[in-house]
Order: sequence, then C-alpha cells, then structure tokens
Amino acid sequence: MSEKYDLIILGGGPAGMSSAIYGSRSRLKTLVLESKRKTGGQPATYHDMENYPGVPETTASDLMENFRTHAEKFDTEFKRGEVKSLEVNGFEKIVKTKKGEEYRAKSVVIATGAEPRKLGIKGEEEFKGKGVSYCATCDADIFTDLDVVVVGNGNSAVEESIYLSKFVNKITMIVIHDEGVMDAEKILQEKAMENEKIEFVWNSVLEEVKGDGIVEKAVVKNIKNGEKSELDCSGVFFFVGRVPSTDFLEGVVDLTEGGYVETTKQMETNQPGVYAVGDVRNKVVRQVITAAGDGATAAVMAQGYIEEEDYWQNHVVNADKPALVAFWSVTDQESMDVISQLEGMELEDKGYKFIKIDTYKNRLISDRYDIEEIPTVLKLESGKVDSKLVKPEKEEIEAII
Amino acid sequence: MIELNKENFEEEVLNYDGKVVVDFWSESCDLCMDIMPDVKELAEEFADDFKFAKLDIKGNRRLAIGQKVLGLPSIVFYEDGEKVEHLSGEELEVEDIRKELEARA
Repeated sequence: MSEKYDLIILGGGPAGMSSAIYGSRSRLKTLVLESKRKTGGQPATYHDMENYPGVPETTASDLMENFRTHAEKFDTEFKRGEVKSLEVNGFEKIVKTKKGEEYRAKSVVIATGAEPRKLGIKGEEEFKGKGVSYCATCDADIFTDLDVVVVGNGNSAVEESIYLSKFVNKITMIVIHDEGVMDAEKILQEKAMENEKIEFVWNSVLEEVKGDGIVEKAVVKNIKNGEKSELDCSGVFFFVGRVPSTDFLEGVVDLTEGGYVETTKQMETNQPGVYAVGDVRNKVVRQVITAAGDGATAAVMAQGYIEEEDYWQNHVVNADKPALVAFWSVTDQESMDVISQLEGMELEDKGYKFIKIDTYKNRLISDRYDIEEIPTVLKLESGKVDSKLVKPEKEEIEAII
Repeated sequence: MIELNKENFEEEVLNYDGKVVVDFWSESCDLCMDIMPDVKELAEEFADDFKFAKLDIKGNRRLAIGQKVLGLPSIVFYEDGEKVEHLSGEELEVEDIRKELEARA
C-alpha cells in the first residue's frame, strides 16, 4: 500500500520548502520528496546570500538549513527519492519514484527546479570530477593555489568566481560578450573586476577540455576572429545557465518548448490540484525570495483546492442521495432569488442534498461542469449530471425533483 | 578504515598486493561527510575482499592530484597498486559504490 498525503511537494529547494511550511502549518499532511541527499536545492551548493530580505547576515546553505528546520517545526515529512512519474486521476495523484516507492496525494506541488546546463563540449563528460566541476563550494578546496577557468558570465558565474578566488591562484573567466559586457548584476561585475585573482578573456567560448586523466588545458576560441588558444589550468567550472528538471512531466502538464512548466499567476498548472513553483516554472525572475513566494502561493491554493474537492467528494460524488447544486454569486440578484426559491422547497425532506456553489470563490467545480451562466442548477446522481437547468423557472426545477 | 597520508600511501596502497578502496574526502565537502558512514558500513561488509582506506585531502592535496583526484568525493579502486576504477562527482550514490564492490569482489 502506498502512503497517502494531502500534499506532496516534489523537490526540497526554497520553493518546495516554502510550500511545505505553509502546507504543514495549515495542518495538511505534507511530504517533501527530494532526490538529493541534502535538501536546499541550488542555494545549498552556493555560498554567498546577500539579498534574502530580513536575513542580512547568512550564507545560502545556512538559510536553506533554516527553511528545513522551519518546515519540520510544523511536521513536514522529508523523504529521499527521485520522481519517475506523476499520474493525475482526478482527486488522486500518484507519485512514483525511480526506486519503486509510491505515494498518493490530493494535491501536488512541482518544485523540481533546474540543474546546471552542460555545454556538451569535448572533454566535459570525460573530466567530470577530474577537474570539470559545476559546483564551486563542493570543489573549491581541492583547487587551492591552482589555476582554474570559469565558463559563463551570469550571476552564478561571477558569484562563484569570487568565492573561488579565496582558494585558487588564478581564475580566468571566459566571456562570450565584448570587453566589459557581462550578464551578471552590476554590483557583482564590479566586485569581479576589482578582484586581483580574476582575469577575463572576452569574445570567447570554451571549445574543449584536454588532459591526461585530469584536466590540464582549456581550449578557448575567439568568436570574432576564430583564433584558438590553450590555457593551462587544473580545473574548469561551468556556470552556463540551467535546464528545468521536467522530463517526467511530459504529457502530464503543459510545458514550454524549453521544458519549463506553464502556470497561471496562482501557480496552477493545467491539471487541477497540481501546481508548479520556483525555477521549474516558466517565469523571468529566478531568485530565492521569488521561489519562496511561489511556494507560499501554491500551498494556499492547494489548501483551497483540497477543501473544495473534499467537500464535493463527501457531499456529492460519494453521497447516498442525489444532489441539487445551485451555482450562484452575490453579485447576481437572479441567482440569489433561485437560491431562496430552492431553500423554500424542502429539498432535504424530498430526499435531496442541497448544495450551493459560489462561482466567484469556487472556480474548480464551476469549470468542471462548464457553468457559463448563473444561476444554473444541476441535478447530480453519484457525481453524474442528470439534468442541467440554466436560468430556470420555479416550475422547471419542480419538474426534475 | 586506515587513515592515509603522504607517509603511508605508497606502502598501504601502491605497494600492496591485493584490492584497496580509497575514499578521498575533505571536511568542507558535504557529500563526503554524508556518505562516510555508509562507506564505513561497506568497509565492514566487504572486509574479506578489500582493504578500505581514507585520505583527507587537507594537507595531502598534492598526493590526491598525483592520483588524478580533482573532485570530491572520489572513491578510487586499486588492484595490486594499479588504479582500476575512479568513482566521483556530486551524484555519486552509495549504491554505485556497492555495485562496483560486488563486481570486483
């Protein structure tokens, strides 16, 4: 038997753990599934963290430890496992891991994030762990007093170069743009420019990593004149963007061409009860604080979804008697009139459940039954529509009872 | 597990007739610290077939680089002093080490 949760969060980075804090604090039985040994996602492998509001003095990994402690305080469960598949069967979502574990939940938050992009150049795979690295905090120590090359010029590339400069002898950053142009924020660029250990090679790309068992040379090509040169180095660090971890979601939720999950502003995917947050989501700004914001939004949405769906399952789908459901809104007088009429018809005595759905608050059920106009009255037996009356007269309602 | 350093590496690993597994680690490497207990368990389980040793790269960096270890953790397999396998990288799992041990036992 698989374990059943209210909320399963796929991924234990800042977005996922924020969802967990909100979810478990709202008394949802919450599970975080993390594929790595250590939770914290990308920031867990970084050092500096200077822009998380309210926490001026911290490191990225300390902050992530605090996220986890905070989630555990409200009884979030953490388990290790890499997700192989997500199956959506209406109110039941089934998550299977690569090792064969199976979990069920009413709602799922996808927070699988993104992983470092590989350039796919010659030598990159061969020298992985033998001089090629994607994580400065993991490997900085070993390159003490040695020369390294950093590929990339975004925030991560610059931040990590500054961190590496505390250990290594010299860093050469390979930048594809014209001299003085980088993608990183201005404040970071300035720090890098002032750093005596950091040198730049402009208008250039890394073409190959060479060596004998370990990295010895980086082959760099100038894109303006096509000239190639070789740099002696012991390490090559790649910080050339990221790709979303969404292979298992193909055909399950809508993805962009680049593989990011499409969501509404409320983090909803095209599957009811399934949300996506943080770097895995199609958006522009990808910061720890925005990931945390996404996570909070999704958990609040999930809580509403679970409440509505629970109510619907208990009172309509699994009810022992037929239901009359009236769709209404406070802004529509006609719908309010129909509600009063129905309340006067002693429906309970006639063997019916009477349920009101506020179409403003509860889009989920309204959309499921294609409610386009209000008032609409549905007669349902075991969740199946028996009759649908749009803007009904009293006689029409009486006729179906 | 034997603690290796510059002084005993040659004797314990390179001049040893038999199979040796060396765990290259460092205190600043979180993954190294995480898998260390599991590696110790494997060391007991496979004690009949392998000699297990560990090397803190702090103070032994040149030795590590000489063994072509430039990423942590690195689990390196030696047979009669010859390097025969090198497992490394952030995604290294204890199961990967176990598989290799089973294959080489």
